[in-house]
Amino acid sequence: MAREATIQRKITVTAAAWVVALVIFFPILWTILTSFKSEGDAINLSHFFSTPWTIDSYFEVQSRSDYFHHFFNSVIISIGSTVLALLFSIPAAWSMAFAPTSRTRDLMMWMLSTKMMPAVGVLVPIYLIFKTLGLLDNVWGIMSILMLMNLPIVVWMLYTYFKEIPVDILEAARMDGATLGKELVYVLVPMAVPGIASTMLLNIILAWNEAFWTLNLTTINAAPLTAFIASYSSPEGLFWAKLSAASTLAIAPILVLGWISQRQLVRGLTFGAVK
Amino acid sequence: MATRQTRTLARFMVAPSVIILFVWMIVPLVLTLWYSLQRYNLLHPDRGGFVWFRNYYFFLTDPDFVQAIGNTLILVVGVLVITVVGGILLALLLDQPVWGQGIVRLLVIAPFFVMPTVSALVWKNMLMHPQYGILAGIWSAFGMRPVAWLTDYPLFSVIVITAWEWLPFATLILLTALQSLDEDQKEASEMDGANFINRFIYIILPHLARAVTVIILIETIFLLGIFAEIFVTTQGGPGSASTNLPYLIYVQALLNYDVGGASAGGVIAVILANIVAIFLIRIVGKNLDA
Repeated sequence: MAREATIQRKITVTAAAWVVALVIFFPILWTILTSFKSEGDAINLSHFFSTPWTIDSYFEVQSRSDYFHHFFNSVIISIGSTVLALLFSIPAAWSMAFAPTSRTRDLMMWMLSTKMMPAVGVLVPIYLIFKTLGLLDNVWGIMSILMLMNLPIVVWMLYTYFKEIPVDILEAARMDGATLGKELVYVLVPMAVPGIASTMLLNIILAWNEAFWTLNLTTINAAPLTAFIASYSSPEGLFWAKLSAASTLAIAPILVLGWISQRQLVRGLTFGAVK
Repeated sequence: MATRQTRTLARFMVAPSVIILFVWMIVPLVLTLWYSLQRYNLLHPDRGGFVWFRNYYFFLTDPDFVQAIGNTLILVVGVLVITVVGGILLALLLDQPVWGQGIVRLLVIAPFFVMPTVSALVWKNMLMHPQYGILAGIWSAFGMRPVAWLTDYPLFSVIVITAWEWLPFATLILLTALQSLDEDQKEASEMDGANFINRFIYIILPHLARAVTVIILIETIFLLGIFAEIFVTTQGGPGSASTNLPYLIYVQALLNYDVGGASAGGVIAVILANIVAIFLIRIVGKNLDA
């Protein structure tokens, strides 16, 4: 009796959960489906499933607007800015986690507060500086801006990961006669790598999707996928199939990366406050 | 424990990050302040000069400004309410035993990884298009007249799009928090005869308080700067019905070439953000200590 009731309950809950999940996922699903239609069929809702499927849009997106150029820009910018941010923040987070001073807490809070500064507040000078230095629409320029944007978050995330490495274990290693070099290679690095890896993954996702600076500081040469997609927003003409194909290509890599990293996502983005 | 040597080394290791962050913050900020006191239009480089607070006067008395502030607040609060309430409900649902839980989770968090320009364009065209959009299709199927979402309800549409992007984030965090709830405590309350509502108010909700605080903090940081969603969908219009502060400043700077006016707006945006930040940082600082 009780068993039947729980099964019935599970069926209801499962149905509800799936309906809600599909509704939330629907815009993405629809984008993927539309990308396999011809332009004419894409807007024909009533016969959407009976018209033929095609992959022409994908070829056209590449040949007309050079998708791969923007894709590689996205890859270079997101990975480049993340690696740069890690180079700066690993030593910083490391020393704050293992040799904290009375000011460490304030320093961390100050770093977080720089994130609070709205990007528009500095848009004008950054734009003019970039214009003077010839950094507008330059991969290095946008890369360094994104690095600075995300640096506070990277420091915070790394700090919370490093904080969990027990200091006692270092002492134990030292007692056992490990030199500083051995300590680093055999004890510290293996314990720090998972934290660094998930920080890196999350930061790549954030940089990939960043859409304020990329829209304002790039046009063609350095334009990543965010800016590339925005160029499809022209009010005249309906190019839904091509738009969908370009969108699918733009979100697919990061969607996979995101799904892989979803376990670390929560503790990373909440700075370890929710685990 | 820490010797003087390690302390010096520690300082040396922190310094680069602090210095570049400081420079990145202070140089543009000082420049913004300086420009905001100048007459500086890229179209009229010959007409320059120090004008004191004229730019602020023009910006603050601009009716668009008042509307932009209002829109910014409505946008932030609207999305926060939808994502927190919706997130709690969704998390409660997904916390139950469900067949295919892994896939359901994947589907629910997917929107968070979609870049803002893509989600805005997809919503604008395939969902909200007054003629060919899915919503128009559903409306006509029920015999109602399709709604021109982006022209008739521009701000509401932007809120819906943004909430769709952030709902997965809130859900995921709340779900994680729910799963850390002590099973024994839940069972004990069930034994004591507490019904679901009582359990929700006295046990689950207090347990989620910390997660909700964190969601509010992080979402506010990002929502105050919403730009791409407006840039791609409504361009701030019709009129200035969906213009928020970032978009207004963008229009001043890069469309009207009014560097002075845009800088004054930038300074105002920084001040407003700081007011919000002071509250938030305090709450978070307190919560993270615990």
